[in-house]
Amino acid sequence: MWIYEKKLQYPVRVSKCDPRMARFLIEQYGGADGELSAALRYLNQRYSLPDKVIGLLTDIGTEEFAHLEMIATMVYKLTKDATPEQLEEAGLGPHYVNHDRALFYENAAGVPWTASYIQAKGDPIADLYEDIAAEEKARATYQWLIDMTDDVDLQDSLKFLREREIVHSLRFKEAVEILKEEQGKKKFF
Amino acid sequence: MLLHHTPYKTYEPFIGPFDPCPPIKVKAYSTPPNLYIQFQPPGWEQFSPAEALKRGTLWPALYSPYDPKYMLNPGGMGGKEGKR
Ligand SMILES: [Fe+2]
Repeated sequence: MWIYEKKLQYPVRVSKCDPRMARFLIEQYGGADGELSAALRYLNQRYSLPDKVIGLLTDIGTEEFAHLEMIATMVYKLTKDATPEQLEEAGLGPHYVNHDRALFYENAAGVPWTASYIQAKGDPIADLYEDIAAEEKARATYQWLIDMTDDVDLQDSLKFLREREIVHSLRFKEAVEILKEEQGKKKFF
Repeated sequence: MLLHHTPYKTYEPFIGPFDPCPPIKVKAYSTPPNLYIQFQPPGWEQFSPAEALKRGTLWPALYSPYDPKYMLNPGGMGGKEGKR
């Protein structure tokens, strides 16, 4: 079970009225390498992984939902006051027709989220390597998002999220190290 | 304890004689510290709690800067390796 804290993991301040950016940010909401994919991937894979690394996937999977909330907050702030015309200008005309200003799990091109974005192979090394790749892809996506805006406050939150991907990537790498370790051998740092 | 690594690397893509657009001469990509770490050793230096919350990591050695100005114009901002 989870305990919910009614606050964001990191503050989200959007200082520039730029609904166009909402359309790009949606990539991290319902895209292949987005936060929903990440959360669902780890929280599902963890059942069939060795005991030693289950806790790690629970922790990271949970944190991904906190990131999802941050992205949702950004998108919401950028779209809630936009007129249909402004949304159309931002490339969100089709979104408005389908969803009004509601958020939806889709990527920046409007393609709805699908479970085929994620995998659970049952083989711990295969699954953890997928997770490492997913973190690096998410890090790259955050870089391209930062490149697309000159709003320093939005950039600040995105840089935080990018850094978290780096930390997660190392933790998954460490999980591989734990699982590949020769049993009964002494550890040296 | 940890070797210093540059946060960016650069390369010069091939430029054809008949390219339709002005060429990007130097391209950069990010090489964050996790690439150089296999397993975090014990006893690493830590940021203060406030600093850690701001930066997204407790560990200075895991902190990675990202500067879009540099990434989008690595050729125009000094040497081959990212200075940041
Ligand atoms: Fe992540």
